Amino acid sequence: MFKLSATIRKDMRILLRDKVGIALMFIMPVILVLVVTSIQSSTFQLINKNKLPVLIYNRDTGQAGRQLITTINKIGLFKVSEIKNVQTEQAMVDAMHRHDAMLGVVIPANFSVKVSAKSKSIAGKALTSFGLQGDTVKQAGDVDPLTVYYNPVLQESLRLSVEGGLRSALQLVESRETLRSLYFSINERQLPEKLENEMLNNKTAINEIAVSKEGIHHTPNATQHNVPAWTIFAMFFVVMSLGGSVVREKTSGSFMRLKTLPTSFMVGLLSKQVTYLCVTILQAAVIFSIGIWLFPFFGLAALNLPSDFAALAVVTIATGWCAVSYAMCVAVFSKTHEQSNGFGAISIVILSSIGGLMVPSFAMQGFLRSVANLSPMHWCLQAYYSLFLEGGGLKDVINNIIPLVIITLLLQAVTILGLKAKKLI
Amino acid sequence: MASISPLAIDIQHMGFHYPGNRDMFSDLNLQITKGARFGLFGPNGAGKTTLISLMTGLLSADQGNIKLLGREVGRQNKSMNRLFGFVPQDFSFYQELSPAENLEFFGAWCGLDKQTIKTRTGELLRILGLEEVRDRQVQKFSGGMKRRVNLAIGVIHNPSVLFLDEPTVGVDVQTRHAIISYLMELNKNGTTLIYTSHQLIEAERLCEDVALIDNGKIMAHGDLDSLLAEYKEESLEHLFLRLTGKDYRNDV
Repeated sequence: MFKLSATIRKDMRILLRDKVGIALMFIMPVILVLVVTSIQSSTFQLINKNKLPVLIYNRDTGQAGRQLITTINKIGLFKVSEIKNVQTEQAMVDAMHRHDAMLGVVIPANFSVKVSAKSKSIAGKALTSFGLQGDTVKQAGDVDPLTVYYNPVLQESLRLSVEGGLRSALQLVESRETLRSLYFSINERQLPEKLENEMLNNKTAINEIAVSKEGIHHTPNATQHNVPAWTIFAMFFVVMSLGGSVVREKTSGSFMRLKTLPTSFMVGLLSKQVTYLCVTILQAAVIFSIGIWLFPFFGLAALNLPSDFAALAVVTIATGWCAVSYAMCVAVFSKTHEQSNGFGAISIVILSSIGGLMVPSFAMQGFLRSVANLSPMHWCLQAYYSLFLEGGGLKDVINNIIPLVIITLLLQAVTILGLKAKKLI
Repeated sequence: MASISPLAIDIQHMGFHYPGNRDMFSDLNLQITKGARFGLFGPNGAGKTTLISLMTGLLSADQGNIKLLGREVGRQNKSMNRLFGFVPQDFSFYQELSPAENLEFFGAWCGLDKQTIKTRTGELLRILGLEEVRDRQVQKFSGGMKRRVNLAIGVIHNPSVLFLDEPTVGVDVQTRHAIISYLMELNKNGTTLIYTSHQLIEAERLCEDVALIDNGKIMAHGDLDSLLAEYKEESLEHLFLRLTGKDYRNDV
């Protein structure tokens, strides 16, 4: 036991005297979490508070074009500005640049005429199918498409939301025209405005409730999503420091002397695991503390810790142990610093990508979703999300902890086999 | 009751080769008596470091056997590593730590208890003139000071046999004198010294028993004065050149 405690003291001293290493392990992850959360929070606010700037050029001279603009305005997603006299695509792009708009929508000429013709056609068909005599049904052509210009920085998911909003606006305009035509054909007078509003304005509210366990509700926000995810990333990035430490020890003269001493190198490895496990747990504690107390000063939502602290501790320790085991495994098979740092850093980015830290694993295709299970970070993330977003407890994370521990034990076994193969133990 | 071996090192019919290479040693025999000041000399690539690695268990022989104080040397026999100390040519310690911290760590790995480490650390730092800098990081030390730290770590556990691989390379005259004096003192107290160096004048002062090896073969072995008389040479350097030639050696 004295050998182990002396070795841990040695590792701690070396670690604490490496100021750059400490900065990499603690300050960089905090900056990373802060920056990513701020950016995602800004995107969230862009949609929900600031609204997405959109330029509309209405080439239509009729009522439907105006109605479409009013309807787009009412969606609440966009901050609409109208521009005039845009003749070419380049002119639209230039106008977007001038107005700093992310989207440009062109309503085609004769939009109202085409919508009206289509509505009358549909109304006529409807009356005929009801057995009533409507106007002579003329086959109407398709309404010319809206043209949407967008800034390439808009993510696909955001563009799809925009498209959905525009489609619902178009649907409303066309439905209104159809309803008016139908009403006029039957009653030979205009559809009363009150009735039109009652028929078309959807007053049914949508209540959004985050599905949580044990009735605990924390509204998910960028902080609740990002802090746990990037904490895992930071913990696994211990590969840079720990991997470097093991490789430095292996390649230094001190290692040759250690091999001649009456103590197994396993003591050295155990010491490094204990030391760096403490580091990873401290990293998580620091990042969570920053999330709770510092984020509000940056205008970000404060992090809400799960109510089950025991579960949080278990998940954090399991994550830290797995991160340390991964780093040890990389270090044992690396011959140089460059190998351990290069492979370590890139593999962590890959594991985090397939593990769902960058793109949610539920959004992945079938094959990739299976691959995600191989990434230890996937299980860490699921466990943290269960605690931070779903209000789960220890029993809810057991299913994530078990595969995580299995992966950790496999990494430990591979490390020991590697050491034996290299005759280091 | 097992008999007490009079030999510090007993190598019998030892063979060794690096994977993919020709035999480094074949049927090598070498005995070093307990309490000797033994010098192992040879040109670069002659096999000195390999032989020391085999004697300390860092490498395993393919054939024959190597005994240290009557006990078989091997990686599986870690407990016998308490019997010897090793001072490698490289600075084999942690530069981020102080001499006292290095001695605490290596002392623990040698199996010493806390109190013994404390006592031995005080003694060694005083003898080797490192008392004033005991708590300063070694990386700021001069080459000579680092050599003394390297030596102190090798002897923290009072080993019966001490292997020294060029322990004075790159140091000033004062440090060399201090190190050699300390080694002589250790030997007087019963420690067997097994020493390699290219500093042949220093070796003549320190060693009473020498072996010259080249291409994995022992060219000459015996009492230094007897060897000089036998080959009618006036110094170890002349004997060395006579037995190993004057051509350059490229150790790749």
